[in-house]
Amino acid sequence: MSPGLKLSLLLGAPVVGFFVLLGFLAAGLGRDPSLLPSALLDRPLPGFQEPGLLDIDPVTPADLTGQVSLLNVWATWCPPCREEMPYLVALAESGVTIHGLAYKDDAGAVRQWLDHYGNPFRTLMNDADGSLGLDLGVYGAPETFLLDAEGVIRYRHVGIIDPRVWEEDFLPRIRALEEEPS
Amino acid sequence: MLAEIGHLALILALCLAAVQAVVPLWGAAVNDARLMAVARPAAAAQFGFLLISFVALALCFVNNDFTVAYVAQNSNTALPVWYRISAVWGGHEGSLLLWVLMIAGWGLAVALASRTLPLEMLARVLGVMGLISLGFLAFTQFTSNPFERLLPFYPVNGRDLNPLLQDVGLIFHPPMLYMGYVGFSVAFAFVVAALLSGRLDSAWARWSRPWTTAAWCFLTLGISLGSFWAYYELGWGGWWFWDPVENASFMPWLAGTALMHSLAATEKRGVFRAWTVLLAISAFSLSILGTFLVRSGVLTSVHAFASDPERGLFILALLAVVTGSALLLLLFRAHTIRSTGRFELASRETFLLWNNLLLVGACAVVFVGTLFPLAVDILGFGKLSVGPPYFNTLFAPLTIILLAFLGVGPLLRWKRHDLKGLLRTLAPLAVLAMVAGFVLPYWFTGSVPLLVGLSVALSLWVGFTALYDIADKLRNKRNKLRGLAGLSRSYWGMTLGHLGLAVMVVGVAVTSYYSVERDVRMALNEPLDVGPYQFELLRLRDYQGPNYTSTQGIIRVSNPAEGFETLVRPAKRMYTVQQMPMTEVALMPSLIQEIYVAMGEPLDDGSWAVRVHYKPFVRWLWLGSLIMALGGFIAIMDPRYRTERVRRVVDARAGDADVAGA
Repeated sequence: MSPGLKLSLLLGAPVVGFFVLLGFLAAGLGRDPSLLPSALLDRPLPGFQEPGLLDIDPVTPADLTGQVSLLNVWATWCPPCREEMPYLVALAESGVTIHGLAYKDDAGAVRQWLDHYGNPFRTLMNDADGSLGLDLGVYGAPETFLLDAEGVIRYRHVGIIDPRVWEEDFLPRIRALEEEPS
Repeated sequence: MLAEIGHLALILALCLAAVQAVVPLWGAAVNDARLMAVARPAAAAQFGFLLISFVALALCFVNNDFTVAYVAQNSNTALPVWYRISAVWGGHEGSLLLWVLMIAGWGLAVALASRTLPLEMLARVLGVMGLISLGFLAFTQFTSNPFERLLPFYPVNGRDLNPLLQDVGLIFHPPMLYMGYVGFSVAFAFVVAALLSGRLDSAWARWSRPWTTAAWCFLTLGISLGSFWAYYELGWGGWWFWDPVENASFMPWLAGTALMHSLAATEKRGVFRAWTVLLAISAFSLSILGTFLVRSGVLTSVHAFASDPERGLFILALLAVVTGSALLLLLFRAHTIRSTGRFELASRETFLLWNNLLLVGACAVVFVGTLFPLAVDILGFGKLSVGPPYFNTLFAPLTIILLAFLGVGPLLRWKRHDLKGLLRTLAPLAVLAMVAGFVLPYWFTGSVPLLVGLSVALSLWVGFTALYDIADKLRNKRNKLRGLAGLSRSYWGMTLGHLGLAVMVVGVAVTSYYSVERDVRMALNEPLDVGPYQFELLRLRDYQGPNYTSTQGIIRVSNPAEGFETLVRPAKRMYTVQQMPMTEVALMPSLIQEIYVAMGEPLDDGSWAVRVHYKPFVRWLWLGSLIMALGGFIAIMDPRYRTERVRRVVDARAGDADVAGA
């Protein structure tokens, strides 16, 4: 094989790679990265048993049932979570049940964080290796899932919850859930 | 009226870009000097009209002309005038106008600084830059016109500039960054021009080098300014978040760094030609990809522009045309590319190859980490996130290996070197660096994690070997000072660039491992101890800024042991138009022990949550990148880039070590 031909074949790889990449990017265009994969919507939480951070007992999906609740996925390495946390504390104080999932985080850092901001969470799971986050299809932190009383995922929000998001995206859905005949 | 003038100038610039793209390239193809001569004036005129357009938009901001939609979205009468000017690039449309202004600016610079360039080459380079400019001008004109009017119903006042952007750092950060992004278009244009002419010789590499280095310097400054801004403006004390938008700027930087080094080998020794071409195409393509990621909404990010799939499609089409055609052209010409130089395993070429493999590897790590979530999602495997743990795990070993090679590479001769002999000479330095790297941090802090020890040791290794090399060069000079002045600017540039990297790595390692972050509840007149320092909140002061209200805490920081005392004034601002709270951090800047105080939230009993950080060596990060950029600028100043002499054939016997990869 002549050196020129060999080089052409070698250079073919980046060319092919580039067009594959283009295809992917084009396919990604119409998507909203904050949408929940339909596979999980209106399905119960995947089975899990995670170490708890507030209690010695591990947390299972059964601990997240009983009333309409939020499951907040967050981390101390996540800057927007800092912004969100005071509002979550306020929500918890007003009677909203919030469960937490510390995502790929360090238990010590989480405890220090809670000492500072206060703890809005009824239960808090430690997903140090991100495996539950993977099962939930977590894209980044923070994300919040709305669970009904049976622990079925009804809605998912990507990004922080602020008063506007709460009023417009969460409250109407929670009211609808509470009116639903069980 | 101003908006119309600006819009008209934009359209005229678009037409001129078309002329600049078509006429000189056609002239070069049919070998008509008159047609080729159009390139220079067309480039100058295109820049002139874009400057008019840009100034017109800036004046619309200064005059508070809220009939212009873009002004109404990004400004307010209460906004101070310098922020009104920087608001020109505070949103998508205006920042795009800055982008095209800078492409035209680089084109003008090429037109002015190219007296030694053969007309045919110049025509092709400017023609390709015209094509790129045409694409982005069309993008601006058809999807993102900043001059659109809101008539007849326009708002009385504007929605104000995003408060995060109301900061000195953000006045300079985007222009620097764009200068870098866009600057790689010059290296790209040189490559395409060389491929078109079929002459990928060392002259082409030599012409490309100063332009590539210049773009790289701006990108270095832009990224580090952005990092510094995130550090003091966001109030989290972090300086790099592996956010997709940060990664978007980091990928071209890594590819550009690799390109600078492989260009050196291609120019001096005629090796790695196809690889250098590929890198030049990659560096600019990654810049466009970054633009796509930031402006199309395919990825979620803290600071992405408002997402718009239609714009995304346009940029994607541009990327396809620009990169696709360059790659196909390269494929088409591959049979003509010959690497002429031969080299042995122990040679500068080999070490530059290592440098390139490591940098491209690092770039691939960032690329995968940024795009993997998207790919997984599209393939239907669900959504996932990688996050900082992934990047940090992979970057640490890559950096450490890079530094290990960096201590040796610049000391080697081209083609062949007695590596064993050199390593024997350097062995004492290696031992010294290793011992000092672990002992020094331990001495001062009482602990030394493996990664810190290795990072400091290898940074010292780079510093020691650089000093050794300078001393070695002066060994036979009678007058040492004159000998020092006699070293070439390229050499100084290279040495500074490498030392800058070492300084930066020390900063990253030390600040990552020894920083202390404490969130404390601070009540009036109740002193608190954090580390060796005492903090006391003396009083709180409310005041009114031009477009915000602010609560300022006056905090006394003292260290009784050192008899040291000072006041810091962190503040919490509420920007009134957008109702957005912002943290104004108070810093006690220090190269060794930096103190960082940020106001959190007011607590029920009148006390405040305050975030206190102790950040040792954090300044070294930005100091290091400044040194790197300075090195780059010094390397560009080397007079050999301005000589008339054009070497067509690489002298195979050239083996002296006075040459440097910027």
